[in-house]
Amino acid sequence: MRGDAFSMRVFRPASPAEAVRLFAQNPDALPLAGGTDLMVGWNSGRLNGRAVLDLSRLEEWRRIEVTDEGARIGALATHSEIESHPVLLKRLPLLAEACATVGAVQIRNRGTLGGNVANASPAGDSFPALAVYEAFVHTVSKEGRRSLPILEVFAGVKRTALRPGELIERIDVPFLPQPPARQFFRKVGSRLAQTISKAVGAGLLWLGRGGVVLGCRIAFGSVAPTVRRLRSVEECLHSGRLTPETIEKACAALSSDISPIDDVRSTRLYRMAVSRNLLRAFLTGRA
Amino acid sequence: MTINFEVNGARRIFEGDPFKRLIDVLREDFALTGTKEGCGEGECGACTVLLDGRPVNSCLIPICQADGHRIETVENLGIPERLSALQKAFLEEGGAQCGICTPGMLLAAAAHLKAGGKADDLSIRRALGGNLCRCTGYQHIVKAVQKAAKAPRKPRRKKA
Repeated sequence: MRGDAFSMRVFRPASPAEAVRLFAQNPDALPLAGGTDLMVGWNSGRLNGRAVLDLSRLEEWRRIEVTDEGARIGALATHSEIESHPVLLKRLPLLAEACATVGAVQIRNRGTLGGNVANASPAGDSFPALAVYEAFVHTVSKEGRRSLPILEVFAGVKRTALRPGELIERIDVPFLPQPPARQFFRKVGSRLAQTISKAVGAGLLWLGRGGVVLGCRIAFGSVAPTVRRLRSVEECLHSGRLTPETIEKACAALSSDISPIDDVRSTRLYRMAVSRNLLRAFLTGRA
Repeated sequence: MTINFEVNGARRIFEGDPFKRLIDVLREDFALTGTKEGCGEGECGACTVLLDGRPVNSCLIPICQADGHRIETVENLGIPERLSALQKAFLEEGGAQCGICTPGMLLAAAAHLKAGGKADDLSIRRALGGNLCRCTGYQHIVKAVQKAAKAPRKPRRKKA
């Protein structure tokens, strides 16, 4: 079966208020942002007969605003716009780098950060970066506005905590109070472009005198139903010195933070091993 | 639904289903069959066109999202009698074999060069990472883009 254009009902709101009203009246409508995932499903015929809420006219949600505290990234900002934004490149480099690894240029020119989050793929490439920057997802619905910590948005594989009629309007990413001593983003896949990650990770590390860990935020994707902050690993490291022994202890703690599976892209064993290697490389300063 | 947009420099109007795909409108309604469909999933890039100057997959865009935008297809790059430097380079270097990927390759490469993209191997491979070719093994395509990058830019002739 193929997509049947005649069978679709399309709403094209011209303002956020109209979008919220239309979505409240049609809670079964599929919100459409850049279409890089929705249209794949539609082309296969799976979405025939559905109503679609096309958000592409909402210019207000396309903006990237920079304040003293952080970046307010409109839900419809594309991966290309984020990866090339001069302030984000400087202040939120892990997010810019993550967005630069999504799909290929054709996908990044259409795919949006809001769409990436709403889609809630376990392999969402921007999520580990959003998790270590402790981003907030701002939503709007007929009931009002909400702000959700990024980790609370994901409820499972391709499931979010968004309620019927609720849309993501922007994602706020706070700047770091102190520049980290080390940071990393790494996506592991079969090839450079168009790859869905086997494992994807981001990390921030603050070090004090004598190599004491002042702070540490690490998150991995593609190794659990949703993106995971490595809380056990972070706890192992906190306040201690970054010695070979603590690094090995932290690497051993990884298995209580992630739960990779075998699937078409990779295996549980490979994902566990590669995640541990990424973590060790970061902590030993080789990443 | 009425869609007003620009295709290859000309203002166009499409009347029909808003969810008809851009690739189908180009091919069926405007007879611009240079744009090819490969996978229909955004993996292969055969259907690449430029939307407001940027490469996109026309199989993933419902025509309603093209409303008010500027589309360029391979037909806009050159004609057989007057090929662009990039098209010439593809011919000379053997960058085209069966031809299915070629329109998408050309447009992705043209956008890369026009945006001031670098002509080193990795930059070109990154820019073309969303375009699959099953014939050439890519070496000749990369060489062709490098050759075009070195070609002197001719001032565009104005249309009569």
